[in-house]
Amino acid sequence: MVRRTLALALGAVAWLAGTAHAQPENWSAILEKARGQTVFFNAWGGDDRINTYVAWAGEQVKTRFGVTVQQVKLTDTAEAVARVLAEKSAGRSVGGSVDLIWINGENFAAMKRNGLLQPSWTHVLPNYRFVDTEGKPTTLFDFTIPVEGQEAPWGMAQVVFMYDTAQVREPPRTMVALSAWAKANPGRLTYPQPPNFLGTTFLKQALIELAVDPKRLAEPAGEDAEKVLAPLWPYLDQLHPVLWRGGRAFPANGPQQRRLMGDNEVDIAISFNPSEASSAIANKELPDTVRTFVLEGGTIGNTSFVAIPFNAKAREGAMVLADFLLSPEAQARKQDPRVWGGPTVLALDKLMAADRQRFVDLPLGVATLPPDRLGRVLPEPHPTWVERLEKEWQRRYATR
Amino acid sequence: MAAPVRDALNPARMLRFFPAATLVFLLGPILAGLLGTALPAFGFLPALGGEQLSLRPWEQLFATPGLATSIRLSLTTGLITTALALAIVVLFAAAWHGTAVFRWAQRLLSPLLSVPHVAVALGFAFLLIPSGWLMRMFSPWATGYTRPPDYVLVQDPAGISLILGLVIKEVPYLFLMVMAALAQVDAERYRTVARTFGYGPMVAWLKAVFPRIYPQIRLPIFAVLAYGVSVVDVAMILGPTVPPPLSVQLMQWFNDADLAYRFVASAGALLQFGLVIGAIAIWCFAERLVAYVGRRWIDAGSRGRSDGAIRAAAVIALAIAFIAILFSMAAMALWSVAERWRFPDAMPSVLTAANWLERTPDLWAIALTTLVIAVIAAIVATILVVGNLELETRRPEKIAQRSLWLLYVPLIVPQIAFLFGAQILLVWASLDGGLLAVVWGHFLFVLPYVFLSLADPYRSWDVRFARTALCLGASPRRVLFAVKLPMLLRAVLVAFAVGFAVSVAQYLPTLFAGAGRVSTLTTEAVALSAGGDRRLIGVYAFLQMALPFLAFVVAAAVPAWMFRRRRDLQVTT
Repeated sequence: MVRRTLALALGAVAWLAGTAHAQPENWSAILEKARGQTVFFNAWGGDDRINTYVAWAGEQVKTRFGVTVQQVKLTDTAEAVARVLAEKSAGRSVGGSVDLIWINGENFAAMKRNGLLQPSWTHVLPNYRFVDTEGKPTTLFDFTIPVEGQEAPWGMAQVVFMYDTAQVREPPRTMVALSAWAKANPGRLTYPQPPNFLGTTFLKQALIELAVDPKRLAEPAGEDAEKVLAPLWPYLDQLHPVLWRGGRAFPANGPQQRRLMGDNEVDIAISFNPSEASSAIANKELPDTVRTFVLEGGTIGNTSFVAIPFNAKAREGAMVLADFLLSPEAQARKQDPRVWGGPTVLALDKLMAADRQRFVDLPLGVATLPPDRLGRVLPEPHPTWVERLEKEWQRRYATR
Repeated sequence: MAAPVRDALNPARMLRFFPAATLVFLLGPILAGLLGTALPAFGFLPALGGEQLSLRPWEQLFATPGLATSIRLSLTTGLITTALALAIVVLFAAAWHGTAVFRWAQRLLSPLLSVPHVAVALGFAFLLIPSGWLMRMFSPWATGYTRPPDYVLVQDPAGISLILGLVIKEVPYLFLMVMAALAQVDAERYRTVARTFGYGPMVAWLKAVFPRIYPQIRLPIFAVLAYGVSVVDVAMILGPTVPPPLSVQLMQWFNDADLAYRFVASAGALLQFGLVIGAIAIWCFAERLVAYVGRRWIDAGSRGRSDGAIRAAAVIALAIAFIAILFSMAAMALWSVAERWRFPDAMPSVLTAANWLERTPDLWAIALTTLVIAVIAAIVATILVVGNLELETRRPEKIAQRSLWLLYVPLIVPQIAFLFGAQILLVWASLDGGLLAVVWGHFLFVLPYVFLSLADPYRSWDVRFARTALCLGASPRRVLFAVKLPMLLRAVLVAFAVGFAVSVAQYLPTLFAGAGRVSTLTTEAVALSAGGDRRLIGVYAFLQMALPFLAFVVAAAVPAWMFRRRRDLQVTT
């Protein structure tokens, strides 16, 4: 297992070295070509703060590089995957309608496997060198799948739990303790319904804690999958009857779960953004008594990326936008809890002093844990586990 | 002008192309779309490596856990919704037709037809949930709750909230269809005759009038039935999730990251089509049963004089539907100006205009796009419908009654069954992602409704006006433009407004034809409903309701102004 990871890492290093020697695409030529292009940026549109940030980035890229950005607001990232697929079905290999997708995990795995992405391009981006590839290995391995330059890192995510201090005095620190808390407070906990990614993450988080050998999850699921997943089901069987609505209904996604908290229907909610609670308090969606906690054994973290489909019409414009999104300026603004509160993918020690200061100056947010209290970051399981988890969950809990 | 050109522009000649053009626009893409869905359902989709026909997708489909429940949910939702809405409307019409109450209902329910399903569903959900408005109004002083109780009232596993949400929206629609039918059959006289035989008012209506209007509202009923069986957007908001109805399950498959699900989804889409046909078959069987029992009931000759309780029940049911829609709309309007509105406050604690002001440019742009698409789709549809109806009056033998069925095809074939295939067609023709494609996508659903709304007034127009004009030497064309259309202006504008409202409400066609690039108020509202911020959802839902309403105001105001000096063309009801 260790050997395998090592081999992957070595492979990635060799590949990075290889690209460094290859004839790089000339960035100024790309800027030249990008001018006047319109980039259709397909990004999940369910959060107003994120949409506002994307609009800001679009304005910046417009004034600086003459690239127009239009956000296509998705309800599910797979919509964009479906669209690229429809275009491939119709034989459109140039002039596609999707230029840039906000993506990670199994969506990326599916597009990469089906050859729907632009091959290796991120090394061309001037700002790529600031990415914290050493400290944040998930920028190179998206849910353990080697990125191979087919997507540019955009933001970091780590599982935290939001809880209302007006209702919960001492938050539980393990998934088992969370279940015990739910039993003592029936109806006050829920999680988004898998296959929503946050709901699946809840399952993964529980599985990592309960599995006999959690390291097994880094490898593709195989014959022994049933055995590996076995400890999860008794846990959920006990948990569901004491969930919100007795586990007979689930919120569709993270924001709906957050709304339940705002409506005072639940007291604890899982989140993939350490500063979501702070932003939501500032936005008056959550009461100001909400705080966050993490688990003793660590919580799952990952990176989300932007990728360019194989047939993108505004390929160069998309690269210019991807580079701007990676710039210290854009990343610092993204991390600002008053704007979005999404953690950066950059390594602060690689930045120039003035740029580093942008990050240092940011307020933390009233409900956000400082970086040193966020605890250990656990890697995502291999994407093949996602389908096993979702299928089995569906079979057991969604078929009455 | 050369003779052939003049000939070609002769309206009588141009008219000939109208039915053909209508069919090509309407049915061509649907058939092509169905084919584009059917091929992957049997394993053929070369882009994903499916190059041989197989039954694998069907095996996978039927191995899906919970599929039987999904199917049952789809069928029960459609059948119960339709039966309940029809029962309310028919009982109300039987009890109150010809009274002031009936005229009031007509006045109050007509504007509600224009309210999009999604907006009602969003408001209705907030009304009903345990932390929703109803509970907030009575908490804590009456219920004792300071924290919302944990009941499954919305998205319940049996789909009751979905059925209720659909019923309140279908009641106004079926009510207006019944009204239109009543105007056709001279209902008053039949009932008067029955009354003179000693029948109670309600029984007289049910026995003498209902059998005559039912054939006329049969197609609209099928449309309601098909809609209930295959609805996606409302089911996403109000429907159960463990498991969801088949239509929502299909959307999840079509959107799954694992592209191999495309095959299962396509097979499922065909199954969905089968369910609609099955539901219609069940309905037809029930029709016979009701007809058989009804005939015996009529033959038995019971007079039914004591119908007070049912009359009261009918008006209460209708009132509940009306009030539920009204409060759903009010809830969304309030949220759009709320800054903070937490349980158990009956009203927002802090009001603000910021939800609107902060996104004014965006709102205008999206509202404008919605407006442009709706106006074009409705104008094209209105012109085609007028053309078809005019041709029908000139050569009635050419157009069989059967052609009406064809018009209903887009309303009965589930959208999801042909939109994926149609999308590939659009991409292939490089038409996707533009306004034009979206206009076409809307047109498929706008046309049938415009036709429904205009056909009756057009057909019942008194032809003696035309004869008089012809005798005075006017050409048929002049009769049409100088006599007929001005007299029918109100009906034409109402039909246009109906088409406009239908276009504003379209979700799936906008999504598929627009390649996600064309945002309308409806797609924004649904996208935001996936998020959690009710304040924003309120803004979009409110605009989504306001736009069609304005169209109806215009449709009422323009003739009123134009005919202000012509007493006999003014509205008299």
